Amino acid sequence: MDMIKDKTIVGLTIGFAAVAILGVFVMPDWLLSQTVIAFARALAVLGLLVLWRTGLVSFGHALYFGLGAYTVAMLGRYFGISEVLITLPAATLVAGGIGFVLGFVIRRYREIFFAMLNLAFSMVLFGILVKTESLGSTDGFSVEQPTLFGIGTDTASNKLVVMYVGICVVGWLAAVLVHRYLQSVLGSLSTAVRDNEIRVEYLGYSVAEAIHGKYVMSAALTGLGGGFMAIALGQVDPESMVNWTVSGELVFVTILSGPGSVAAPFIGSLIFELLRTYATEILPQGWQLIVGGTLLLIIFFLPGGVWSIISKAMGRKEAEP
Amino acid sequence: MNLALTILVDGLGYASYLFIVSLGLTIIFGVLKILNVAHGAFYAWGAYLCAFLVGQFSTMGVSDIGTMIAIPIAALTVGIVLGSMIERTIIKNLYGRDEVLIVLATFGLFLVLEDIILLVFGVDPYFAYQPTYAMPGFLIGGIYQDGYKLSMIVLSLVVGIASWAVLNRTHWGKLVSAIIFDNDLAIAMGINVRRVFYVVFVAGAVLGALGGAYIAPTISVAPGFGIEVIVLSFAVVVIGGMGSIVGAAIGALMVGILRAYAVLQWPEIELFVVYAVMAAVLIFRPEGLFAPAKARKI
Amino acid sequence: MSPILEVTGINKTFGAVTAAKDINVSVANDEIIGIIGANGAGKTTFVNMVTGWLEPTTGSIKFDGRDITGMAPRRITRLGISRSFQVAQVFSTATVFDNLMIALGIAETTSILSALRPLRRAGLEQRADLLLKRYRIDDYRDAVASTLPQGVRKLLDIAMAMVSEPRILLLDEPTSGISVEEKFDLMDIVMSALKEEGVTVLFVEHDMEIVERYVDRVLAFYQGEIICDAPPSEALIDPKVIEFVIGDEPQGQMMREKAALHTGSGETSDA
Repeated sequence: MDMIKDKTIVGLTIGFAAVAILGVFVMPDWLLSQTVIAFARALAVLGLLVLWRTGLVSFGHALYFGLGAYTVAMLGRYFGISEVLITLPAATLVAGGIGFVLGFVIRRYREIFFAMLNLAFSMVLFGILVKTESLGSTDGFSVEQPTLFGIGTDTASNKLVVMYVGICVVGWLAAVLVHRYLQSVLGSLSTAVRDNEIRVEYLGYSVAEAIHGKYVMSAALTGLGGGFMAIALGQVDPESMVNWTVSGELVFVTILSGPGSVAAPFIGSLIFELLRTYATEILPQGWQLIVGGTLLLIIFFLPGGVWSIISKAMGRKEAEP
Repeated sequence: MNLALTILVDGLGYASYLFIVSLGLTIIFGVLKILNVAHGAFYAWGAYLCAFLVGQFSTMGVSDIGTMIAIPIAALTVGIVLGSMIERTIIKNLYGRDEVLIVLATFGLFLVLEDIILLVFGVDPYFAYQPTYAMPGFLIGGIYQDGYKLSMIVLSLVVGIASWAVLNRTHWGKLVSAIIFDNDLAIAMGINVRRVFYVVFVAGAVLGALGGAYIAPTISVAPGFGIEVIVLSFAVVVIGGMGSIVGAAIGALMVGILRAYAVLQWPEIELFVVYAVMAAVLIFRPEGLFAPAKARKI
Repeated sequence: MSPILEVTGINKTFGAVTAAKDINVSVANDEIIGIIGANGAGKTTFVNMVTGWLEPTTGSIKFDGRDITGMAPRRITRLGISRSFQVAQVFSTATVFDNLMIALGIAETTSILSALRPLRRAGLEQRADLLLKRYRIDDYRDAVASTLPQGVRKLLDIAMAMVSEPRILLLDEPTSGISVEEKFDLMDIVMSALKEEGVTVLFVEHDMEIVERYVDRVLAFYQGEIICDAPPSEALIDPKVIEFVIGDEPQGQMMREKAALHTGSGETSDA
């Protein structure tokens, strides 16, 4: 089959398998939990990468991140459902569904207006959550202990290992699917729409529909990422899930990672998470300084992101479709 | 009746500082085509420096009314020193680049400037109530009104009228209007666009810092203080029309009154209503309610 | 034989400006038609209306007996009318080969499922290579489109318009921005390729020598109206065409002299 011939898929499979095995047998718990958080964010970044390749940047994807997180948390709180095989698909569906509805409006906008309208929608959700006392207002509330196949985990350490393996499997699957998508005709429409909308219309394809599809996909992936994040942190609240700074963080990691590969978001997110840990140890008040400085450096000196260094080191050209 | 009056006065007070901040944001956007997220940092810096100076002056034995001098000092220092430094090092290199990329760069700048505040001023909140004690209160319609809040409304009127006069009545203002109308044409006419950009950026920064400096005595100045205002002033500017002074005024009034109403009557929708209006304006009139006239290019 | 394209009484106004006034044209299969007229005469408006970019204020456009008035460009493309652009519309960050691959991929797509097939598949790659050769741009196969010379970019634009195998192709000033020496080479490549594909062609052109050499029939526009519809041998010596169209063109003087020889009078030369 041609999937076996695809070097990227082989690379992703080996990479994720290696990370999973290393994690289970070698890594200390703190690194496991950081990787879980990093990969949860990476799922959202993967969604933003699809948009970025289309020339679109959203300053409001915390909307979908928050929707995913709150869906998981509320299913536990109100329906007693903690089965991840239900809660995570539900998070994906809710975010994708809202993305589908808002997409009818959003697909008409480009550039700064696209960014701003997304921001406005995300801040509407933020405004609602902050004032909703039954959901804990600004404090949020805690997430039920998750179960898999109806089985809970007895210790925190076991929970961590299960989550870790879970996110490796889901991350691998998402990366492979997005990679396949980007290689498809629909995926090639990203470059096409970014470069020349008129030509796309005159080739017989609706630009609005192409953008709408990509938007729903990015919303769903971001929702899935938010769902995982809620489980990993065991807690949801508006400030850390829905505020505009969360959207900014997602965009930051997207730029840090670079658009070159579907593996980039996972590497970029991991660097981001490790950087955060060490930075806060060395310079407690300097975290935003480092993030902001890095963002400026990348914009001015490394527009291809971290991935461009990796691909250069591996001696290949950027894998544009 | 009393309720309506309270909503009006609270709304105006709230609108007035939002207007001053948003005015800075909107003229920078109108002229430089830069949506400056770092504007929130000018606001925060203005507030911190003002609060710090008020405290210093007060311990030196300056009277309550005398400490108010800290407000213009803070606004001008932050605007001119910090504004110039940032324009010369970062913003200058962004002119003409992709708008969204510019927003990201200024977001990076915002984060850096926010943290430098913490390094300079520490993490503990600052209180500088002295200037508010200096202002007498008034009874309007039988309700006690805070004098400092009223002075803020007056200041915003003065700033608004002064900006309008500068833009419409002075040579410099006409240059700026020409650039807003058509950048390429302005260059062709021999206007030194880069110099105008620099002055406008600094002026915008002064306004951002002034908003922060004036609000500082009424609140506790604490970390993360610029985060909310930046997105609120985005809402104001989007509602009014990016680059429009009248738009910034109307946008600030709408957001101010709506929020004052919500706080008093329906607290649950306080934030929601602002962003819902922002989204609605973007959907139905993306150029804003009062977008400035532009040369039509095809 | 019934006409492949039938334009009946179309008008287009933008506020107070009339860009098209009672245009009636009937095009037979395999015709090669040249559209001439001064700038602002309504040539591009005509092309834009036939291809769905603009909707006529009144009137109807029928393609192969089917009413396409006011349809979206993408639907008209799917039905079989394609176009090129005065300023070449290509995917500037992709290579020439990828431009054709993406274009072919989109043209082949009929449903979401077919859109999810991989872009790089043998059938499409062969067709892309064939187009590269047919339009003589295979030397630039791996060059990024933004770096192409003007002539190559124009050829790529036309090749991309042809991926959907249209039955009618409208070319909007295929030689604009091309040097005089290269114009004929370019048009030779284009016209022989289009003949191979068997497509009805309407092209907007300012150069009367090119019009004279390649077309079967001329439509001359003036102030939104068609003032002449005839074979080039007649159209290019029509006094109205000479006064309102050719007079503005670089070869006007030469054409006027030709016309003077033909009619045996010097009245049409500048007074």
